[in-house]
Amino acid sequence: MIYRENGQFKTSYAADQQIFPILQDRWAILGILVFAFVAVPLLADEYMFRAILIPFLILSLAALGVNLLVGYCGQITLGAGAFMAVGAYAAYNFFIRVDGMPLIGALLLGGFTSAAVGVVFGVPSLRVRGLYLAVATLAAQFFWDWAFLRIKWFTNYSSSGSVSVSNLSLFGFPVESPTEKYLFCLAVLVVFALLAKNMTRGAIGRQWMAIRDMDVAAEVIGIRPMYAKLSAFAVSSFFLGVAGGLWGFVHLGAWEPAAFSLDRSFQLLFMVIIGGLGSIMGSFFGAAFIVILPIFLNQMLPWLGDLVGVSISTAGVSHAEIMIFGALIVFFLIVEPHGIARLWSTAKEKLRLWPFPH
Amino acid sequence: MNMRKYALAASLAAIGLSFTLTAPVHAQAKGKQAQEQFFPVLVYRTGAYAPNGAPWANGFVDYIKLVNATGGINGVKATFEECETGYATDRSVECYERLKNKGGGATAFQSLSTGATFALTEKAPVDKIPLITAGYGRSESANGAVFTWNFPLLGTYWVGADVLIQHLAKKEGGFDKLKGKKIALVYHDSPYGKEPIPLLQERARMHGFELSLLPVAHPGVEQKSTWLQIRQNRPDYVLLWGWGVMNSTSLKEAQATGYPREKMYGIWWAGAEPDVKDVGEGAKGYSALTLQHGAEPNAKVVKDILAQVHAKGQGTGPKDEVGSVLYMRGLISAMLGVEGVKRAQERYGKGKTMTGEQTRWGLENLDLDQKKLDGLGFAGVMRPVQTSCLDHMGSSWVRVHTWDGSKWNFSSDWYQADDKVIRPMVMLTSARYAEEKKITPRTPEQCKQ
Repeated sequence: MIYRENGQFKTSYAADQQIFPILQDRWAILGILVFAFVAVPLLADEYMFRAILIPFLILSLAALGVNLLVGYCGQITLGAGAFMAVGAYAAYNFFIRVDGMPLIGALLLGGFTSAAVGVVFGVPSLRVRGLYLAVATLAAQFFWDWAFLRIKWFTNYSSSGSVSVSNLSLFGFPVESPTEKYLFCLAVLVVFALLAKNMTRGAIGRQWMAIRDMDVAAEVIGIRPMYAKLSAFAVSSFFLGVAGGLWGFVHLGAWEPAAFSLDRSFQLLFMVIIGGLGSIMGSFFGAAFIVILPIFLNQMLPWLGDLVGVSISTAGVSHAEIMIFGALIVFFLIVEPHGIARLWSTAKEKLRLWPFPH
Repeated sequence: MNMRKYALAASLAAIGLSFTLTAPVHAQAKGKQAQEQFFPVLVYRTGAYAPNGAPWANGFVDYIKLVNATGGINGVKATFEECETGYATDRSVECYERLKNKGGGATAFQSLSTGATFALTEKAPVDKIPLITAGYGRSESANGAVFTWNFPLLGTYWVGADVLIQHLAKKEGGFDKLKGKKIALVYHDSPYGKEPIPLLQERARMHGFELSLLPVAHPGVEQKSTWLQIRQNRPDYVLLWGWGVMNSTSLKEAQATGYPREKMYGIWWAGAEPDVKDVGEGAKGYSALTLQHGAEPNAKVVKDILAQVHAKGQGTGPKDEVGSVLYMRGLISAMLGVEGVKRAQERYGKGKTMTGEQTRWGLENLDLDQKKLDGLGFAGVMRPVQTSCLDHMGSSWVRVHTWDGSKWNFSSDWYQADDKVIRPMVMLTSARYAEEKKITPRTPEQCKQ
């Protein structure tokens, strides 16, 4: 009733091919964007920005990158954290070694470096696939972990291998306060999400999906597997590299290779699996689930305990958080193996038939 | 089936909504009572480092409870809230953001992780909250002119490394005897483990010993290859820069490879009960540095806590752990924070809540002489601490203690780090940091404000 496209006639190809063909969707997206750009900065407090919103935005971007590779091109990767690290450290080196390097320039160069590295580490995908490829991409993770810990040049000879940046600015505007950082990350994310969405709708995205669904058949109809796979690795690593740069520069401010450890790679992979493979929306859902839920549980449990007059120890809360989080992951995977994004689209289907869904 | 999907979607939305609504309300409720001094406590009671993190946290919290039991900080009630970090940097940052505005504003943060210290060092000046890193953190932050908000009180890893080399030289009979000796550093592969390397390299250059660096990956349960290397190289001494389960693993591996434990020396984070307890007899002869204090079951402050906190059923951890090494570390860390507030109150008004900025002044002008320490019940536990603008460390007194199979015993006299070695390194590294960050070091005039 509310969500129905009856009466919306498409009279041109452009109208038919736009990203959101349904009017309600366009309004909803516009509403969300206005909310995110205008209302959130007015409403949220510093804690919300720094601990929740900024990590959520940056990891959404990273999840988007992983989703392009894993969800759209079907190449499983466990090296996502490494590509983030490459992006962060490359951006750091461009930032401090080149005089007057602007923030956005450093981040993009970090992304390009990461893309180049991604292509190199994507080469095994031409021969191996599936779980074997996952193991091959692990090599990237271990290699870069090792490199940033051992090769002093990358960390500007910092005694402990930890690097830091500050005094960020964008075209003369400072990116220091939480609100500025939030808006910066949000703007980057919106641009990249639009980019990702359009890529997946275009020729290159269709090539990726063809490779994912059946690579032999794709090759037979004239898709070059090498080009398709390596371009997926490059684009995905580019996204991850920029996300890594943002994570280091904007979120942490100072970081060590442990910030991009294997745990991060797993975390990103879980995000796209839980959120929904092959879905832009799913990346956001996955990131929200993995970033926000543990923090929410961590704060909610003592509060619930207070309500019923039980005080839970810090360790107890932390253990319970991990258990509930794990149980929820299993629950979601059983109830909806295609991820939260599928849940969302099912809900939309039902809404169209409302009030008599079947 | 349909209903269930709806319920799922609805519950998801509800989770999101309730979160945005409840969090601020929860935070506000606590800030209303007047005259309270809020101490945020970043802890790790779970994860790979929990056996070491838990006693530290218990000691910290117990001391705050003791302060309240004895009338607070000149009448101001000390409050605290724990936040679990699991030794992860990103969770530490989240905890920092969560706690910094609670209870009328955080007094001082103690990050309890070198990685987190690096991240918080960038945030502390912006939020104007001092960062106390008693015995850890970044070594160059001892220069308070550059690192205005960092307080590596009582010692840094450079102090630890320096004293270890002094101790080895003393054992050998002089620094000249170290020439040609082989010293291996087995370290936790993290900013923590890497901190001592520059100083050890400097000392190796000075005295001509050969330094080999053997990293161990987090969490440190896999050390076979490291000890194989030690078996092949046969270093004269092994310095252990481990944390948590890595320490006991190292000792077990040393036992398995037959490396004499008498030649192994740990930093103060590798010299507590959880590190050696499981190895027991196998760790006999192993020595470690102490950050002034060792296990102090007979100290007056420990008895006070047993009588005024534990006896009333308010103890935080198990009773038999009170007075153990890491418990004392937590206790002293809390004491330093509380004393910083006390000192600040002397200037800004007794019986008032101090802001982070005021506490910073208190910590920078900390003057804990022996009389004050004795009065607090720390007689025999620690030596005086006096900080200044240029010296945020306060003192660098270190002793060595040795495990006899069942408990730690002091086995050396007091040492002090050699300022002639450390000071130039601190100045050089902090100057580089200042340049990188475009910080103008404070002048002596600015320091007085």
